[in-house]
Amino acid sequence: MTLRSSPRSFTAQPRSDVFISGGGPAGQTLALALAQGGLSVAMADAQPPAETLAEHFDGRAFAIAFANMRMWKALGLGEALAPHAQRIEKIVVADGRIGGPARDGVSLSHLFFDREEIAPGADGEALGYMLEYRHIRRALDQAVRAEPRIRFLAPMTVEGFEAGPAGVSVRLASGETIASDLLVGADGRKSFVRRKAGVDVVGWPYPVTAVVATVRHEKPHGGVAHELFLPAGPFAILPLTGHRANIVWVEKHKAAQALLAMREEDFLAELRPRFGDFLGALSLEGPRFGYPLSLQLATAMIAPRTALVADAAHGVHPIAGQGLNIGLKDVAALAECVVDSMAAGLDAADPSGLERYQRWRRVDNVSMAAATDVFDRLFSNDNLGLRVARRTGLALVNAIGPARRFFMRFAGGAEGALPKLLRGESLAA
Amino acid sequence: MTQEKAPLQSPSIDPAELAKFAALAAEWWAPDGAFAALHRMSPVRMGFVRDRAMSHFQRPQGRRPLDGLTAYDIGCGGGLASLPLARLGAAVEGIDASPEAIGAARAQAAALGLPAVFSVDAVEAMAARGAKPADLVIALEIIEHVADLRSFLEAIEALVRPGGLLILSSINRTAKARALAIMAAERLLRWAPEGTHEFEKLVKPEEITSALPGFAWEKPVGMSYSVLDRSWRLSADVSMNYLLAGARPG
Repeated sequence: MTLRSSPRSFTAQPRSDVFISGGGPAGQTLALALAQGGLSVAMADAQPPAETLAEHFDGRAFAIAFANMRMWKALGLGEALAPHAQRIEKIVVADGRIGGPARDGVSLSHLFFDREEIAPGADGEALGYMLEYRHIRRALDQAVRAEPRIRFLAPMTVEGFEAGPAGVSVRLASGETIASDLLVGADGRKSFVRRKAGVDVVGWPYPVTAVVATVRHEKPHGGVAHELFLPAGPFAILPLTGHRANIVWVEKHKAAQALLAMREEDFLAELRPRFGDFLGALSLEGPRFGYPLSLQLATAMIAPRTALVADAAHGVHPIAGQGLNIGLKDVAALAECVVDSMAAGLDAADPSGLERYQRWRRVDNVSMAAATDVFDRLFSNDNLGLRVARRTGLALVNAIGPARRFFMRFAGGAEGALPKLLRGESLAA
Repeated sequence: MTQEKAPLQSPSIDPAELAKFAALAAEWWAPDGAFAALHRMSPVRMGFVRDRAMSHFQRPQGRRPLDGLTAYDIGCGGGLASLPLARLGAAVEGIDASPEAIGAARAQAAALGLPAVFSVDAVEAMAARGAKPADLVIALEIIEHVADLRSFLEAIEALVRPGGLLILSSINRTAKARALAIMAAERLLRWAPEGTHEFEKLVKPEEITSALPGFAWEKPVGMSYSVLDRSWRLSADVSMNYLLAGARPG
């Protein structure tokens, strides 16, 4: 590939060290991390900011692993996120049947993750934090707009790009062309950057949709998250601030469509037997959302002058709440590799740096995709044999302390060699 | 790459020559081109140069830690080390005997808008005409290619200002280097064209330090390649690739 422009007009173009296509949570976090490392960033997002920041743009809430929360704090988002972050003190995983967590009580089929085991003490680190998407978006958006090293263009579409020996030249819908060392595709599952860079994907859809809603409940939840494995798929109760919880309810497409369409009182009537009555009376807060699930993995995370992060590189089954979390781990690793390259005077897209990023993240991403897929197949099935096997499995994992702690730290994001940001350290020189 | 106008403004530069060499820039700077193996060394080599220079000249952290320093990159080739030095803030001049390499370096510097200067020149000629000594002189992966090591090193000495820093890197003359750097790297892995290195011309670190006894030399540092990670790292093993830093007393 060659650059179309002559060297002179190339240098006359506006130039940023890195161009990020996609201004979602992963793209914005990356922009902030690179800016902290002293790099200049241009970022384009196709959606108008007013829409993405609207109260009901996206009803999901995310269980943010403690390592990722450390990164956001290291990037200066701690204050903006703190009022909206619900600490997760304990996670209860259960092989449920309709009847709810309260009725089951403590049984062999329960698996406990308790934050006391990884960070003892009253003010120890939480297992994770529940955060609603809109709060994440607002905090990131504010920080990005306050950062002079970031030029954020939204709504703006990337129409094409050409990579060459002296840089990558990105063509925007506005007619403007921006030159950069490196182009990052943070543009989601249908990533244009990935397609144009010639990177293939493998994957398959699941025959299920996740129904997501926020409920208000009578009694305090105490920071306990529940993940129940019902015959159709997982059902999660995730604590939010106040007397509220986010529910993620996976059902076959048809059943999910019905749940999304039915009247509110009918929905609550379906919900109660699954949710149980341990938190008292329930009511719905805001609309319900449906997300069809699929697994997708890019065959590479890098191409010449190009890197893919988050959903552009991998979409996993959101069974363990790992989608955004592993995307943020990509961000931490890529930012460190790129900042290290530039600190040695090299191009931001130095091939050794990009390869280091891919090595760092690929194993984690593939194993997480495989683990959540197997986990889902094991649990989303009402076969009696499997039922016995998983009850035994859960009880065993629970009984073996070290294995449980490993699983918990893995879900929390603290396993393996951690990028600096995930240890809570700054990338500033 | 096409070129419409000469990107550099200097009386010594012929735009037609630049256009001719622009195509070679693609080879020097292509990630999978003939110089890919050398590119892979860049992170660790440039990290070493930056760290030694920052500590010697007591520079603070930052994006341009070498700001204001003058530097010569001897045997610069396509500018693989000169351009990083320019990014780090040094006023750098790359020297190479090959006009093709210098053309490629100029084209890449122009395309990136980096202010590095490149000259087809030889260190002996520079020393003879009293070229201005620089704060920092680097000669990376070059001494194993020179015909007369002693004359080369003596000329280099004259290019380092008193109080300045000299950094060299090369391949040691050991049995291991013969087996790996020459046999494996050139003939099996094809990292470098066959015949790139001749065993007899390889230089031991102590041959450099004894040739320039006036410098305060640090202990040589090894560079080791991990086949699994496909990357280089600093190591204590100097039997293959090594880096050597020495300060010229002020």
